Amino acid sequence: MSMRQQLVRTVETAMATDERLTLLLGDIGVFGFRNAFKNFPERTYNIGILEQATMSLAAGLAAVGYIPVVHTIASFLIERSLEQIKIDFCYQKLCGNFMSVGASYDYSALGCTHHSPGDVSFLKAIPGMNVIVPGSDKDFDELFRNAYSGPNANYFRLAEVGHSLDIPVVFGRGEKIRDGKDGVVVAIGPMLEKVIQACAKIDVTILYYTTVAPFDSELLFATVKNEKVAIVEPFYEGTMAYDVISSLRGKSIELLSIGVPRKFLTNYGLISEQDVFCGLDVLSIKSKLEGLFNVKS
Amino acid sequence: MRKLREKVITISTNAKEGHIPSALSVLDLMWVLYDRILKVDPTNTQWPDRDRFVLSKGHASIGLYVVLAQKGFFPMSELENFAKFDSILGGHPDRNKIPGVEASTGSLGHGFPFGVGMALGLKMKKSASRVFVIIGDGEANEGAVWESALLASHHHLTNLCCIVDYNHSTDRALQIGDMEKKFNSFDWETCTIDGHNHDEIFEALQKNGGHEPRAIIAKTIKGFGCRQMENNPEWHHKYPKHEELLTLLEGLR
Repeated sequence: MSMRQQLVRTVETAMATDERLTLLLGDIGVFGFRNAFKNFPERTYNIGILEQATMSLAAGLAAVGYIPVVHTIASFLIERSLEQIKIDFCYQKLCGNFMSVGASYDYSALGCTHHSPGDVSFLKAIPGMNVIVPGSDKDFDELFRNAYSGPNANYFRLAEVGHSLDIPVVFGRGEKIRDGKDGVVVAIGPMLEKVIQACAKIDVTILYYTTVAPFDSELLFATVKNEKVAIVEPFYEGTMAYDVISSLRGKSIELLSIGVPRKFLTNYGLISEQDVFCGLDVLSIKSKLEGLFNVKS
Repeated sequence: MRKLREKVITISTNAKEGHIPSALSVLDLMWVLYDRILKVDPTNTQWPDRDRFVLSKGHASIGLYVVLAQKGFFPMSELENFAKFDSILGGHPDRNKIPGVEASTGSLGHGFPFGVGMALGLKMKKSASRVFVIIGDGEANEGAVWESALLASHHHLTNLCCIVDYNHSTDRALQIGDMEKKFNSFDWETCTIDGHNHDEIFEALQKNGGHEPRAIIAKTIKGFGCRQMENNPEWHHKYPKHEELLTLLEGLR
């Protein structure tokens, strides 16, 4: 099941048991959520294409006791209404859930207006904002049920291409996937399977994070000695660098960030083609990690 | 009202902070709201069935603070702490600090859609509570204001009343024109009043029901009541010197 299909299933299931949940769609996913419109018409709105007012409106709903779930394309959900998220939700300490579609270059053929590799960077600058990056449909289901009712606002960054692994995840906690001797590789959300494949012949510890804010510093601190650390992130490279460095205060490390290059991606084509262009396909990741860990292929 | 105006000017002078003319522009509107319209309880500010008021133009906060203090939401002495480091009363209102404040505002164009959301939520709860929002005409430059107007009428939020503090202060930048006509074109019920005439304010605010949200275009004077400040942009965000205070207070209407 795709993460977006899981989004529909999970949210509709939660709406059936929690009458506070209110769904606001930015004229997207309307067919997918047809059962929500049918079963919970008083709490399901195709609100329209007006993200700034929608986000403030959602905060107003939260102020009178509802738990809003706002869903639209990542660049408009987060970047256009960033100030509304900051002021109306986080500063006012209100709970809401923002569910994106179109992570980084998922809308590869639509070009830069629909790309959002900066979303997590922007949100991580807001105190108290939870940022959740599920790697799979199962991750999303678990993490949504963990976090949706607050107290903080949550961003669920849904990706078109996830992994097929079955990893138990908990909101706010990283997971150790395997132990190794030569260093540590941190995989964020959908990058896990690629990291595991890339590290098939590299003897490193692999950590898996699906919540990037708040960041599980304890796991990283307990895992990393004085050694080399790589982080493979599905958004702008370096987005997690502050978290890694501040988590490892007092330790001497060499850090490599592998993520989306910080430039406009002006090509089109397939997600897989953008992966190669951005160096986020398995072979490119493997090559970069071999360089860091001095492994000859 | 003279005493409230005096308080606005005095606490701003002492704090060396505050948007006095903006506060004086909306003071009559907020006084009538809290004195005669809003169902609120200063001793139970989280009463679920209360009406909600949002000062979307949050920089007029001192006006709200003197009204809330006068109505017993917090001690009058708290006003003396305005804008101090550990005060609950800042240059813009904070819902997590101030009893009776429903929304933290200051960034223009946020409070109105926030109020639309509250009105929608209260309608969903089948509550009889009403939501009142004051926006400025300058604030109405913001696109989110018109997104909100569109949403409120589409969802027939008859429990919502938007009061436009139309003091023309930003005409020098962008003239907003006929606000009643504009809200009408968004299918709101509208009326235009003298925003300093308490009887007109009360009459407009007490109207309830209808089929659409209600916009009250309140013709106001920025700095109303203080002759030196009226329609004088120099005073927009300027505090009086102590030696000016007496003259300003003596000139109050």
